[in-house]
Amino acid sequence: MAQARPGRAVDATRARLAPLKLPEGAAPLTAARQAALARLSDMGLPGRRDEYWRFTDPAILNAPEAPAAAVLETDEAPVFDAIDRLRLVFVDGVFDPAQSDDPALAGVEISRLAEVADDDIHWAHGLYGTLEARGQVPVARPFAALNTAFAGDGVLIRVTGRAARPVSLCYLHRDARSDIMLHHVVRVESGASLTLLENGPAAARQNKVLEVDIADGGAFHHVRAQGRDHERRAITHIFARLGTESLFKSFTLTVNGSLVRNEAVIELTGDNATAHIAGAAVGDGAFHQDDTVFVTHDALNCESRQVFKKVLRNGATGVFQGKILVKEGAQKTDGYQISQGLMLDGDSEFLAKPELEIYADDVACSHGSTTGAIDEEALFYLRSRGVALQDAQDMLVLAFLSEALDEVESEEIAGDLRARLEAWLERRRG
Amino acid sequence: MLEIKNLQVKLEEEDKQILKGVDLAVGAGEVHAIMGPNGSGKSTLSYVLSGKDGYEVNGGSATLDGANLLEMEPEERAAAGLFLAFQYPVEIPGVGNMTFLRTAVNAQRKARGQEELSAAAFLKLIRARAKQLKIDAEMLKRPVNVGFSGGEKKRNEILQMAMLEPKMCVLDETDSGLDVDAMKLVAEGVNALRDGKRGFLVITHYQRLLDHIRPDVVHIMAAGRIVRTGGPELALEVEQNGYADILEEVA
Ligand SMILES: Nc1ncnc2c1ncn2[C@@H]1O[C@H](COP(=O)(O)OP(=O)(O)O)[C@@H](O)[C@H]1O
Ligand SMILES: [Mg+2]
Repeated sequence: MAQARPGRAVDATRARLAPLKLPEGAAPLTAARQAALARLSDMGLPGRRDEYWRFTDPAILNAPEAPAAAVLETDEAPVFDAIDRLRLVFVDGVFDPAQSDDPALAGVEISRLAEVADDDIHWAHGLYGTLEARGQVPVARPFAALNTAFAGDGVLIRVTGRAARPVSLCYLHRDARSDIMLHHVVRVESGASLTLLENGPAAARQNKVLEVDIADGGAFHHVRAQGRDHERRAITHIFARLGTESLFKSFTLTVNGSLVRNEAVIELTGDNATAHIAGAAVGDGAFHQDDTVFVTHDALNCESRQVFKKVLRNGATGVFQGKILVKEGAQKTDGYQISQGLMLDGDSEFLAKPELEIYADDVACSHGSTTGAIDEEALFYLRSRGVALQDAQDMLVLAFLSEALDEVESEEIAGDLRARLEAWLERRRG
Repeated sequence: MLEIKNLQVKLEEEDKQILKGVDLAVGAGEVHAIMGPNGSGKSTLSYVLSGKDGYEVNGGSATLDGANLLEMEPEERAAAGLFLAFQYPVEIPGVGNMTFLRTAVNAQRKARGQEELSAAAFLKLIRARAKQLKIDAEMLKRPVNVGFSGGEKKRNEILQMAMLEPKMCVLDETDSGLDVDAMKLVAEGVNALRDGKRGFLVITHYQRLLDHIRPDVVHIMAAGRIVRTGGPELALEVEQNGYADILEEVA
């Protein structure tokens, strides 16, 4: 895969790596980190010319130093506050045991990446960085390799039973100059299930990787809310591998943030597996949010669904790059993909690149992408029933987002997220 | 109650005059029917009364109990007591029918300075009203009008009317696309709201509906004007002879 990189890209990669040091840790981790560093050196960091970065400028993610991002002061209760869960708190990318719950949950083993000794993580030996490495083909994801090499903290979660409560990762942002990398690994054993929640802005700049390996019959639900801080930058990756009859569901709420790119690489490797990935993003002004999704069907009779909705105003930009790849022999694949931008004014932009690549003949795949404004007919209909203009508009915005939000299975969690969206709309009223 | 005087309306985007001086007065408790060939401006009249964009009033007035409708936002007209049952009810994916109705009812109550209905009180009311119109609980849960049949959409309009209890109801071809049974159901729904005070303006293409909703006054509209006004017998005349005779007579 090694390509000759233009001199400038090599320099940029070198400059980015200069201040970084490989973390110390258990031997298998060190090996995985060194391998990731070698991958990264081969790939180099992306430039504006990279096709995969056509709609999103990676310059600020590449920069050796992260620009500052003001810490949002708010007395709003954090997302998921009312949900019964096991909380693990990270402050500017560093695990904080004092603010966290005791990580004891039946059927779930949790270790901290920064502290694991060789023996603790026998199950993770072949896992850390493995799904990330697999996800580098056919498209390079240099920031994920960077993360595998240099992330010093995160959690390793092994699920052996049906977790009674969600595990909730809370990312607090305290330092306006924080620049962090977190790497989590989740292994859901056969027949086990877990809900993982993530919330909070995390840092001024964050690079986060989540690797999820789901064994046969396992189920993994993931819901995250990326925090409200305006200037923060984030590049995140989810790498998931699904076994036979397993389930993967992930939903992301992005509110604000000057640059957010969420990549997801999902591979259905066992028959009859189901993968749903969805996102709702709302942005106002200096907001650039990018969902880049790659779903690979490599087994029989699997279902995948991608549902991404973006509400944009005041010059905000939304990006969606989504691909469904159906490999040879992945018959009876049911693939669905929808991406939609709702423009609340004429200044905003939604850029979408939906792709299907199919090498099996007995499949049902559909995809669609639309950009539009609020439906005037619907607006008038609501108003003619007495609903005030602003309320009617907000109702239609929430209605637009609902197909994505419906992907969250827990009604309690979905209700919490809906309230955040309502609050965002409320704050934008004149 | 509803007074329309010499109302003239053109399209905003085009130089096309649609209503060319409409005069109409519906008193409290009265039922008026407007009949007329396609394209004569009946829907335009109903939209202009309820405040839809895209039309420019270039003459005349429309008031409800003396208040100038034409100066109000659509939601203000609704709060003032005007209701339009749409010829083509709009589908709104993602908004539950029940949520929509509750928001609408409470928005109007709020605008009128009344207390909002509690969830329980609302539920009790809507269940009773829906039952009369043979609207089942499942239909109330579905998104507004999405996947509803033609008849279901029209019944849903009448349900909204029954819940909002307007002063003045305008029904635009509520009978179109309905079979006889559905039409009877809709007519019963309307008749149940006739209380001697509420006014009705029933726009219809056919006399059929007027067998079930007996009008006090029938108007014939053609080419943007009311060309004849009479009693219920006028509807029968149209039914027997079509519009041709009347239009010839007027011309
Ligand atoms: N938004 C519009 N754009 C273009 N033409 C319109 C519009 N609204 C109404 N018209 C025209 O105005 C005339 C009256 O239409 P309408 O009010 O729908 O009549 P009716 O309801 O009596 O059938 C028709 O010629 C119709 O084509
Ligand atoms: Mg009409």
